[in-house]
Amino acid sequence: MVLSGCRLSWNREYVNLLRLTATEALELMKRGEISSSEFTGAFLSQIDRHDDDVFAFLNVTGESAREEAAAIDASASGRPALAGLPTAIKDVLCTRGVTTTCASKMLENYNPIYTATCVQRMKDAGIVTLGKTNMDEFAMGSSTENSAYGPTRNPWDLERVPGGSSGGSAAAVAAGECVWALGSDTGGSIRQPAAFCGVVGLKPTYGSVSRYGLIAFASSFDQVGPITKNVRDAHLMLQFLVGKDPLDSTSVEYPVEIPPLEDRDLSGVRLGIVKELVGEGFDSGVMETFSKAVAMLEAAGAEIGEASLPHVEYALPAYYILAPAEASANLARFDGVRYGLRAGDTSGITEMYEETRRIGFGDEVKRRIMLGTHALSSGYYDAYYGQAQKVRTLMVQDFASALGQFDMLISPTAPTTAFRLGEKTGDPLTMYKSDICTIPVNLAGLPAISIPAGLSEGLPVGLQIIGKAFTAPTLLQTAYSAETAIGFGRVSPLIEGQD
Amino acid sequence: MVTHDDVIYVAKLARLKVEADDLDRYAGQLSSILSHIDKISELDLTSVEPTSHVIDLSNVFREDEPRPSVDRDEALANGPEVENGAFRVPPILES
Repeated sequence: MVLSGCRLSWNREYVNLLRLTATEALELMKRGEISSSEFTGAFLSQIDRHDDDVFAFLNVTGESAREEAAAIDASASGRPALAGLPTAIKDVLCTRGVTTTCASKMLENYNPIYTATCVQRMKDAGIVTLGKTNMDEFAMGSSTENSAYGPTRNPWDLERVPGGSSGGSAAAVAAGECVWALGSDTGGSIRQPAAFCGVVGLKPTYGSVSRYGLIAFASSFDQVGPITKNVRDAHLMLQFLVGKDPLDSTSVEYPVEIPPLEDRDLSGVRLGIVKELVGEGFDSGVMETFSKAVAMLEAAGAEIGEASLPHVEYALPAYYILAPAEASANLARFDGVRYGLRAGDTSGITEMYEETRRIGFGDEVKRRIMLGTHALSSGYYDAYYGQAQKVRTLMVQDFASALGQFDMLISPTAPTTAFRLGEKTGDPLTMYKSDICTIPVNLAGLPAISIPAGLSEGLPVGLQIIGKAFTAPTLLQTAYSAETAIGFGRVSPLIEGQD
Repeated sequence: MVTHDDVIYVAKLARLKVEADDLDRYAGQLSSILSHIDKISELDLTSVEPTSHVIDLSNVFREDEPRPSVDRDEALANGPEVENGAFRVPPILES
């Protein structure tokens, strides 16, 4: 049996490898106290123990992970910066030679011939890839229940959802099945599952991270980012993700240095609570936990005030025009010709297209394609798509004005804690509303992070911090100071049970 | 209200086949979503410019130089049906 912990030679202290952050593990590996093989083995064992229940992974590449770890261990000197860190990758990101399904039947046997730039950059920096994580099909959903392969469960309570769409990545981090993970965020898909699973999730400014190899859902919103145990790890990973990529013309060179984090409090930091994103429609437990966290930020020196995004009630409607419209165009490529599923026994090309897409796509994907097609169709374009693009302008202006008064804005990451499996699947609109705090940020392309604010009835609550465009250094520094002030320090029962 | 015919129409535009049994469900769900979305029609936005892209980017150019491309066999490797170095598809014209 492989243990999840080991004794360190210098003080014989027992260390639970599943609890280590990426930053801590790198230090221990550098000192030769642990090997990447031990570290990787601990996660693979934890996956063996729990992933039948959690189902965070669609595909565990255990053998190649062990080989990658052994190769790192064998290299004596000149190790790359992230050498040996066992990483989980959301299955929306193409990985050459490793099946990439996007949690869809459409891509059940799709074997990409290229690797996403963000994954390649992490691989060049030496990560070990543990496998591909579950998600809502084509990243459309807020609970990971829209996966064609079955739902992921929340490590804090297996009867509840992990959030979505990056639910597999967030659950894998929370269950101690990887040290960190890659996710993607179109309307909250990194932050909301991070909040539900009690981990940290960062959506970078639009354009910071290359989208090359990210299977497109809504191209003007999609952004890749880290899901980690703490802010320091998100800060570390982000440095390897950002940068201009000739293969994604919307990516830009990150305009500022990302300096090291400093141990300091929140003195002089002006934080605005978005008044429209607290109160009505929010669980009382979420509000209580949020308020307690805000008090801790204030005690740590933050200046707290009330901010307003007057048009935020129009963000959800605008998003559910624009994102499905983009999706309806992006998903036109799945036509049974060049890759993916093709329906057999059809006569003529139109029937082949229609039948392929009928059996290949799940319900939510079809709904969004139809919604987007409707919004773009003749007679509706101006009323829906054109109007929604103008609402997007209002959101950009609202944020600019609020962020003129405050350094950063804060809100709960989601209006509820993790809900029960099946609770919202019957009513798409109710499901959509679980992203009410995160979607406005994507409309404006801003960076935002979710950090644990505390527990409400045993379930994690997230605190969202929203920054100005391309200000990751100050956003992460503030999140780091806030994390210290809150002192969450809890892990899911699946990790705790392995002590 | 989204009718069955509306669902059939957009499904046709999107090359999606919807089973007769599912029409009711999709019509109901799309109606409920659209009635929420219709909220944006209450705003007078005649003087507001649309936003299609949030970061300040104009055209991105590169030199138009020949360079290696994907190998043909590799490009075809994921094709559901491949013949003579091409993707094979069902008949496009009615015979």
